[in-house]
Amino acid sequence: MNKLKVSQVREMAGLDEGIPLFVQVAERLAAEIADGGLAEGERVPSTNELAAYYRINPATAAKGINVLTEEELLEKRRGIGMFVAAGARQRLLEQRRRRFAERYIEPMVTEASRLGIAADELAELIREVGHVRESATT
Amino acid sequence: MTPAISVTGLTRRYRGQLTLDRVSVDIEAGSVTGLLGRNGAGKTTLMRIIAGQEFASGGSVRVLGASPAENDRILRRMVFVREDQAYPDFKVGDALRAASWFYPGWSGELAGSLLADFALPRNRAIKKLSRGMRSALGIVIGLAARAEVTMLDEPYAGLDAVARQVFYDRLLADYAEHPRTVLLSTHQVDEAAGLLERVVVMDRGRIVLDAPADDLRGAATRVSGPVLAVEEFTAGHPVWDRRRMGSQETAVIAGPLGEADRAPARTGRLTLEPLSLQELVAHAAGPPAPYAQKKVGA
Repeated sequence: MNKLKVSQVREMAGLDEGIPLFVQVAERLAAEIADGGLAEGERVPSTNELAAYYRINPATAAKGINVLTEEELLEKRRGIGMFVAAGARQRLLEQRRRRFAERYIEPMVTEASRLGIAADELAELIREVGHVRESATT
Repeated sequence: MTPAISVTGLTRRYRGQLTLDRVSVDIEAGSVTGLLGRNGAGKTTLMRIIAGQEFASGGSVRVLGASPAENDRILRRMVFVREDQAYPDFKVGDALRAASWFYPGWSGELAGSLLADFALPRNRAIKKLSRGMRSALGIVIGLAARAEVTMLDEPYAGLDAVARQVFYDRLLADYAEHPRTVLLSTHQVDEAAGLLERVVVMDRGRIVLDAPADDLRGAATRVSGPVLAVEEFTAGHPVWDRRRMGSQETAVIAGPLGEADRAPARTGRLTLEPLSLQELVAHAAGPPAPYAQKKVGA
């Protein structure tokens, strides 16, 4: 159970809530690293901090951290705690890109065809959302 | 690892009925286990026997390696908080003082901060406390005892959701600093789910499920959608429950689903949702027992 790859973790987490809590903890931490919320070299919350925050058993939080340690996304510094490993963000982003089509495009295309939205209409919708985003951020 | 609590073939007969029927279970040291099941399933009887407050008709119980019955050395390392805990004609402060003498690991500091959390006045007579405050007092004693084996039997009757959240937070925080073996019986299964490492479900005096809580997440799935699609999807899976309304069907299938299993749901207009722990426990415990049997364990 502990030997899950983060890629598998993401896959599971993308599907539903019926996944083990420790996997969800690993997933949330991985997402924070990928988004840059937890920078490389930064200390990650301790198992007790995670347990208190998510209201879960500390053993479960520790298992979540182990998933990331085994993938070498986190590294232990003796006596201080766990830290985000160098290169962790890059590796997580690459995994995300690889999974993008499967997680987002496929379900979107399926739903679009169900609703009778043609391919070029769909592309136009995506462009529109993109424009809204850009004008909102500028 | 040596279990903190080891129960083997435990049987308890009460007025010709079996309230415990050959119960065997080991509770690992330093873990939080949920003891779940309907009223009358035998949870309280099991905990009472583990706590040395009731005798078994057969089988054996070992707590921290010894029999707890009339064993002061063991009883001081174990705290048992019951829903209907009876106290002498005491004030809150008296009850805490008595507990501080009995339990070697007692933390007066923790007791004080818990009293403040639950707004419990030290000088109030216990019999004048509301049901919720009485529960809060039980929780204060149960946590501040810092006993190696901590058994909490429906500890929060009468407490509202906010106070229960305080209980979970304080239990987690103190457990993290001072690990111990916790056995918690509760009906608020989903609320407590995150705390539990292991789930033991009882029904009619027997253990019907004993598994790591993580294994139970995703252990059963509710599939809903058009009848034909649901029928096709569920073929070959054990089905726990199936109901129909017009052209729609909802079925509960047991066993974890792999990626390949799920693929048809994406295109087949099916909704998949995992059963919550509460729902799983309800399924494990089976249909309600007849009233006469239910009364036995109460």
